[in-house]
Amino acid sequence: MATVELTYKEALHRALREEMNRDINVYLLGEDVGVYGGAFSVSLGLLEEFGAERIKDTPLSEAAIVGAAVGSALTGMRPIAEIMFMDFITVGMDQLVNQAAKINYMYGGKTPVPLVLRTPGGSGTGAAAQHSQSLEALLCHIPGWKVVMPSTPYDALGLLKSSIRDNNPVLFVEHKLLYRQKGPVPEEEYLVPLGQAEVKRKGSDITIVPLSIMIPRTLAAAAKLSQEGIEVEIVDPRTLVPLDLLSIIQSVKKTGHLLIVHEACKRGGFGAEILSQVEESEAFDFLDAPIRRLAGKNIPIPYSPELERRNVPQEDDIYQAVKDLLEIN
Amino acid sequence: MELKKEMLPEILRQMFTIRKFEEKVADFLAQGKIHGTGHLYIGEEATAVGACAAIEANDYITSTHRGHGHCIAKGADIKKMMAELLGKETGYCRGKGGSMHIADVEKGNLGANGVVGGSIGIACGAGVTIQMKKLNRVVLCFFGDGAFNQGIFHEAVNLASVWKLPVVFICENNQYAMSTATKIAFNIKDFSLRAQAYGIPGTVVDGNDVLAVYREVSRAVSRARAGQGPTLLIAETYRWKGHSRSDAERYRTRDEVAQWKKRCPLKRFKKYLSKNNVLTEEEIEKLEEETHLAIEAAVKFAEESPFPSLDTLEEGVYAP
Ligand SMILES: Cc1ncc(C[n+]2csc(CCOP(=O)(O)OP(=O)(O)O)c2C)c(N)n1
Ligand SMILES: [Mg+2]
Repeated sequence: MATVELTYKEALHRALREEMNRDINVYLLGEDVGVYGGAFSVSLGLLEEFGAERIKDTPLSEAAIVGAAVGSALTGMRPIAEIMFMDFITVGMDQLVNQAAKINYMYGGKTPVPLVLRTPGGSGTGAAAQHSQSLEALLCHIPGWKVVMPSTPYDALGLLKSSIRDNNPVLFVEHKLLYRQKGPVPEEEYLVPLGQAEVKRKGSDITIVPLSIMIPRTLAAAAKLSQEGIEVEIVDPRTLVPLDLLSIIQSVKKTGHLLIVHEACKRGGFGAEILSQVEESEAFDFLDAPIRRLAGKNIPIPYSPELERRNVPQEDDIYQAVKDLLEIN
Repeated sequence: MELKKEMLPEILRQMFTIRKFEEKVADFLAQGKIHGTGHLYIGEEATAVGACAAIEANDYITSTHRGHGHCIAKGADIKKMMAELLGKETGYCRGKGGSMHIADVEKGNLGANGVVGGSIGIACGAGVTIQMKKLNRVVLCFFGDGAFNQGIFHEAVNLASVWKLPVVFICENNQYAMSTATKIAFNIKDFSLRAQAYGIPGTVVDGNDVLAVYREVSRAVSRARAGQGPTLLIAETYRWKGHSRSDAERYRTRDEVAQWKKRCPLKRFKKYLSKNNVLTEEEIEKLEEETHLAIEAAVKFAEESPFPSLDTLEEGVYAP
């Protein structure tokens, strides 16, 4: 299959285009998604191609954006709502938690709400406490939401298309530092199904489950560890809800060690959920050491560059965490 | 815009149905037969009925926690409503929703809502669908005076205005949000003033006069269908019963309630019908008796229906 090199951002753009061409009911709404192309220019150019009817610039009103997405999804459209920064999903929280997530269940199971909430998360841009959070755990906690966190252009494209075709509310978290990341993508159309992890690196000594931006950082750490004879297996869950626990279990049974890495605050982060699910599974008997989590500190994201960097796991932290877990010095 | 004469008995039937349905629910609440809470629409019947008479079967409504009246006015099956209230499998939500979540999306009822103000944005979304699919439909968005002070009201109405969405925002001013009188929560008396801020028309209507409500909603609906965007209507009415199951009503006087009861929407409409020779007293009585029987049949259906099987507990969290 012929491939092309695309950035993560270009991959997302292509997914939006393909799905909007495929299905007339798909449309995008959000703040400055039209002429401006969205805060990170993912939708740049789509206005010219699809017109203002389908690329809707909204007033600065997150609750209304999500509310309108819910109402139109309920009545036959397939909206993609963009929330400019993940931090601002909190402004639309009633609509996300009490409306979107509940409608199908509480109305008796026959009223799907097929919407995608695209939003850029994560730190590293110097935007500080209110523009840098990783809040995926909030919606992972809410039954009714699916939660997707792609780490490569290939996954971004295939997962966004699947998210748009899914009949449920899907939180689609794009990491700001990944937008420029390049990677091979097939020229032909393809999908990546929700709920299917991918082994991003094979290894026999330890399993690492990193989320989103932590995938490239873990790959870099793994390369270094390999030179020292430690072979890391990296399982990218790609979607947190539904979670492909089986793939994680299979890997842990092989390696006997598990490290989970994410950027979000450790306390109440999704790593705790993965840890618990593995502990409660048959993989527990195969563990040679306690499961460890490496995650963001339990603080707001600070501004000053080195403070910001030290707040979340970096390549060297992952490297060190593996050595600690394996008790190698 | 006047209601066709042959529609008038049907209007009365709906108002009776709401009144009697709610009286039955009040009994059931008192007897503990209904497991949750319930917010009764008694005294406000003319607003939902007049408004829904102004739309077609395939138009949409969004409703509130006080939603039974809206459901009935939108043509809901009271059997399925009563079954839902009793938590039965045959209810609108198969017993998963209860009083505050009755919905019938296929029939255009996008649902009651347990969050005050929660459906105002959803109404806009239905408006977006209508606009994008060129459906020539409208959305009636019902909400209370309490919801009128929710942030999403501002966001959603402004959005509807700038996008010219076919939504009619109907604020049911029943004078209270739980115990909070409007004079405590607002520094304006004329709520329609707020419409100006969004560049849309705003009108106050007597919410206890079913024909007046019909007239104003019809006007707003025509505007919406013509692509001229939303309207804000304020229906002045009054909640006769306590806010919900438990309410000592310490915030109002018996006298105040009695004054409003004199303005009973049903009594007023019955008077109109006999005065204008639409229906005789006997015909009205017969109609009332028929609705009574319909409620009894709904109760029987609900009581005889099974509770949901436990197998359904985890069904429907995600759509296939
Ligand atoms: C967001 C939210 N806040 C508070 C409540 C609790 N509550 C339910 S109904 C209500 C009063 C609503 O008043 P109004 O909008 O005027 O409607 P009414 O009950 O008068 O019909 C309150 C405070 C709620 N359900 N949702
Ligand atoms: Mg009120």
